[in-house]
Amino acid sequence: MAVVEFRDVDIIFGSNPAPALTLLDQGADRENILTETGNVLGVAGASLSVEAGEICVLMGLSGSGKSTLLRAVNGLNKVTRGKVLVEHEGRQINLPECDAVTLRYLRMHRISMVFQQFALLPWRTVSENVGFGLELRGVTKRERNRIVEEKLELVQLDQWKDKFVHELSGGMQQRVGLARAFATDADILLMDEPFSALDPLIRNRLQDELLQLQERMHKTIIFVSHDLDEALKIGNKIAIMDQARIVQYDTAEEIVRNPANKYVADFVGHMNPLNVLKGRTLMTTTDKIPRRAEELILDRAGYCRLKIDEKSAILSATSNGEPSEIISFSGPEGIEGIQYNQFVTAPADIMLRDVIEIRRRSGSPVLFVEEEKLIGMIGDDEIFEGFLNLQDS
Amino acid sequence: MEWLTDHKIPLGRWISDGVDLLLDHGAWIFDSFADGLAFLINALVDLMLWCPPLLLVAIFAGLAYALHRSWKLSLLILISLLLVINLGYWEETVRTLGLIIFATLSCVIVGVPLGILAAHRQGFYTVLRPILDLMQTIPTFVYLIPTMIMFGLGVVPGLISTVIFAIPAPIRLTYLGVSNVPKPLIEAGEAFGATKRQILWKIELPHAAPTIMAGVTQCIMLCLSMVVIAAMVGAPGLGVPVLRALNTVNIAKGFEAGLAIVIIAILLDRLCKQPSKTEKK
Repeated sequence: MAVVEFRDVDIIFGSNPAPALTLLDQGADRENILTETGNVLGVAGASLSVEAGEICVLMGLSGSGKSTLLRAVNGLNKVTRGKVLVEHEGRQINLPECDAVTLRYLRMHRISMVFQQFALLPWRTVSENVGFGLELRGVTKRERNRIVEEKLELVQLDQWKDKFVHELSGGMQQRVGLARAFATDADILLMDEPFSALDPLIRNRLQDELLQLQERMHKTIIFVSHDLDEALKIGNKIAIMDQARIVQYDTAEEIVRNPANKYVADFVGHMNPLNVLKGRTLMTTTDKIPRRAEELILDRAGYCRLKIDEKSAILSATSNGEPSEIISFSGPEGIEGIQYNQFVTAPADIMLRDVIEIRRRSGSPVLFVEEEKLIGMIGDDEIFEGFLNLQDS
Repeated sequence: MEWLTDHKIPLGRWISDGVDLLLDHGAWIFDSFADGLAFLINALVDLMLWCPPLLLVAIFAGLAYALHRSWKLSLLILISLLLVINLGYWEETVRTLGLIIFATLSCVIVGVPLGILAAHRQGFYTVLRPILDLMQTIPTFVYLIPTMIMFGLGVVPGLISTVIFAIPAPIRLTYLGVSNVPKPLIEAGEAFGATKRQILWKIELPHAAPTIMAGVTQCIMLCLSMVVIAAMVGAPGLGVPVLRALNTVNIAKGFEAGLAIVIIAILLDRLCKQPSKTEKK
């Protein structure tokens, strides 16, 4: 069962949404609805399901409706039509229709949230902020302090618990926001552009920390971002939104390889490919590598050649006529040991960043091997193509 | 022009008729209200007068130290109150203090909830705003007349007039403070399951507290500015010697009593000014 599921969700801002819904059903777009009814179309026809332990990123430009959709999960935005189903004790609760008591229960125990501008209470200390949700729930002070200490340790802020929020840097403030969200032990975490207000280095570090925490905590996270690099790094699945609609919902690799339309392709064109593209996406497959007699010619000059048997297992390699050693790449820690003129075999799932590093150290094309068979290789041409011409790769 | 002046709209008569109507049918309400209020104020004033002056001065100085941990402030209060005793205005000062404390309390008890309500219901504020404007701009003497008729001479009409004049300040500033709470803070409360009441007590009021306190301080100052006018309808206190000085063109007496009013103003202002948490660091 999906932990969070959107079914044909429409969200319209305005006091009388009925005419806007009719227009929407007739296929009107955002501008039409605004000029004809004065209502703003927030989200139209969004369907999406998020499984337990997944990080789902809602991605799009500002105004695309991603935050609006996110905030429907805990009822901060009212759903005009459609269902938002939140799994709770084996049942799916339709949030827009549930009563105030259930909504409050879900907000206190099941769903928590991290805000873009942190939304911490400035007159409270760090630990009082972290304990806020527990305080609302009526947890005793002693129990609260215990949980707060534990969560502050988790985000490495235990030294700062008695400081006021404004005495902390932006990155630390958002860690307080994270600790506050973790404190209620809710399984569903809504993150509304949590790292957008931070500078890039801190943002990167917090992304890494979030991923590390996620490995331990296995929350179901819905994460809003306008930054494709962030989305690709964090998300198991990414929903790209444009003009109030979800235009593509897929894994990171799939979005990079097959953008659904020009809007997505534009995003993909501006991302940093180093951490996203994998060897498999860029490699030239074995059957397309040029052959001369028994040998595969790996580069244009013909210096690097490879002999394989009929089952595609690698037999030997030569560089400029001299036999070369073939070693296998096990992980980033082994990268330092690579010598010039060695050939390196690697699993096809390594990142472009590592491919380039291997290529630089060995001076030879990188070979990809799966089940003892050569499945493809990456040389300079493939790397350049990866940078220049993503959509066609 | 004659057509315009021939038939005068009897605006003044309507209002006086209205007041008469109130008096005919509600005299007992006003009377018991006046008696009750007078009893409470007199009890407070009698208590303070019963206390030996030097002890009361020490209590004020001690209170200032307890609130602000500043011996300079305590010293200032000590010296200025001793000066008042020296000038011979102690009893009047205590009576004025009683009136101010009572008027301010009434303003806060009524004004702060009204301000909160106005911040939550925009419609209510639209109705309230012209009334507040009216209360602040209409000359005090104008409503002094009906309050005097309704509540008789003495401290009560003085108190009522003072409250009418001063209450818009806490209402407006409470409204301002509560409606300026950033939306993300309220949403953070909602997202963690806060009820409306929890949002009010844990988010809106703490955030608005400095603004509300500013409203209270302002309210005290406005009350003080009414001391002389309240004296005209018979409210005892420092206004009485000021009025008497005016009638007898007695510069010395006027300035002495005026100085005592200024001293109370400074004292109350310093006592109420809250060092905000952000200032502290």
